[in-house]
Amino acid sequence: MNASNVNVAPGNAPGVGATPPDSSNSLLRAVGLTKTFRVGGSLFGAERSVHAVTDVNLEFGAGRTIGIVGESGCGKSTLGRLLLRLLVPTAGRVEFDGVDLATLTPRDLRSARRNMQIVFQDPYASLNPRMKIGRIVGEGLEVHGVATGKEAREQVLALMARVGLGADAYDRYPHEFSGGQRQRVGIARALALSPRFVVADEPVSALDVSIGAQILNLLMELQDERGLAYAFISHDLRVVEHVSHDVAVMYLGRIVELAPAAEIYAGARHPYTQALLSAVPSVEGKDRKQRVILGGDVPSPLDPPKGCAFHPRCAIAVARCRVEEPQLIDDGGHRTACHLVAGDHLSGHGMAGGAEAHLSRPA
Amino acid sequence: MGRRLLRNPLAVAGGLIVLVLFVAAVLAPWLTPYDPSDFDAAHVLEGPCALHLLGTDGLGRDVLSRMLFGARVSLMVGFVSVGISSLVGVTLGAVAGYFRGVVDTVLMRFVDVMLTFPTFFLILAVIAYLDASIWNIMLVIGLTSWMGVCRLVRAEVLSLRERDFMVAAEALGMKPSRVIMRHALPNAMAPVFVAGILGVAGAILVESALSFLGIGVQPPQPSWGNILTEGKSTLGVAWWLSVCPGLAILITVLGYNLLGEGLRDILDPRLRSR
Repeated sequence: MNASNVNVAPGNAPGVGATPPDSSNSLLRAVGLTKTFRVGGSLFGAERSVHAVTDVNLEFGAGRTIGIVGESGCGKSTLGRLLLRLLVPTAGRVEFDGVDLATLTPRDLRSARRNMQIVFQDPYASLNPRMKIGRIVGEGLEVHGVATGKEAREQVLALMARVGLGADAYDRYPHEFSGGQRQRVGIARALALSPRFVVADEPVSALDVSIGAQILNLLMELQDERGLAYAFISHDLRVVEHVSHDVAVMYLGRIVELAPAAEIYAGARHPYTQALLSAVPSVEGKDRKQRVILGGDVPSPLDPPKGCAFHPRCAIAVARCRVEEPQLIDDGGHRTACHLVAGDHLSGHGMAGGAEAHLSRPA
Repeated sequence: MGRRLLRNPLAVAGGLIVLVLFVAAVLAPWLTPYDPSDFDAAHVLEGPCALHLLGTDGLGRDVLSRMLFGARVSLMVGFVSVGISSLVGVTLGAVAGYFRGVVDTVLMRFVDVMLTFPTFFLILAVIAYLDASIWNIMLVIGLTSWMGVCRLVRAEVLSLRERDFMVAAEALGMKPSRVIMRHALPNAMAPVFVAGILGVAGAILVESALSFLGIGVQPPQPSWGNILTEGKSTLGVAWWLSVCPGLAILITVLGYNLLGEGLRDILDPRLRSR
């Protein structure tokens, strides 16, 4: 599928996803997705809640990738699991093909899972150590009664060949393979049922750079062949830039900026995104860009700051940021949750312009 | 695993004891020189000699033959009751660990309640109402000793639940029963195996004690416990009637414990330092 609509005209942003709903090319839609974990709550201790994901709206279209970036603990992985209803949201809903997943019976949900799969970060934990590769890849076919016996074996072998695994791997165990090979097994398992939406949860961060690049290329080829929609979760901005059509930046469970990848990398508006981008090492050593150094740590999601969650670390925060929570406001397909961006653009503040966008996916 | 087991001399000794007893019990009908319930009024309470290697009892029965058939009882009680307790413990533990929440809380409180009963007296009470047959004994021992396995399996499944391959299984649309059977349990069985072997020793002890008290395996069926009872009344004149079953119980329990501990050291590196 062609990657279209990366550079969207102002006021018309079909690919970039949030409300208002434009369900014509939307495959999976998250509306107001919120997840709160309760912790403590013993007989005497007061129960407290962790706001892992708050009010996330995203819209995934066939053949397109939304990169989800943020620091560790910002709720990226929780969001990925919410999108697949591997976690039940506290509020909000996920619609696949217009059907709210919460309305499905357990049986229907299991059968709907054919369409939505996940690739994991850790290739060592994601494969059952006591199952042979062929069984791991083919189990989905068996569970959904897609194919059995010889037919299933042939399908599995074809799929393994497609992801770059030899037929001899079929009867071997995961521990006999390297991380990159295992990640290929994980991808084959996810694709066995021909899903339309795949959550890639940091699929290359546990791999060597060169191996990771092969896996990224494989994922992108598979997307072009099959028109897959990806939610690509990563903390690595360069990787996200390479694979994504749109980028969502998360901070403390909220999306703070959502825009086509090229726009994010050429002109990030949220001060947090600007800080993240300025931390990406650059090859051009001479004209060192001005770095925005973030002080402090991500605040505890047990006790998020009032107002804008980013204000304690923001270099340009004003009084309003401490009291009023900024909403994600759309400006020509570029959504930003920052009071200082809402009116006039912020590109003059903090750092200049943003990083180079040479790695961006072609439109 | 085999090689590491062989490097542990105590575990090897335990394994040999278990193996010898197993073979002896299985082959008992062919190994025994006499029928274990053949009376012989001419040879009552005879000490060990060439004809009767371990002597005879008060009814002139050959003690060696009775010991070998007693080993069958011990072996059967050990394995069947551990089988029952493992089945119950693994099932409930896996369900509690996989579903968590209310299911987990209810099952674990039930485990707590079961653990508050002094097991031996519970068994005594139950046997007082039921027939003291070997099948009832195995059933009762099994149903009162599953709690440890249940907690072990629950803990294993709880931690496995967070592993990505379990999430992947759920994401592929598998039923919980399949996720538990195909993905959780195969990776949680090592500690169950060890607990099972140690449990065999415990079950043999309980059965011997019940038989010794006369509410276990009933004469004339021989069991180490009821041979010992008879030996107690004739301790002054026939030491072999007490020493043989006593030593047999001691060595058997020791063998299973040594083997179990050896296996635990190998299967669970975290416990090795203890």
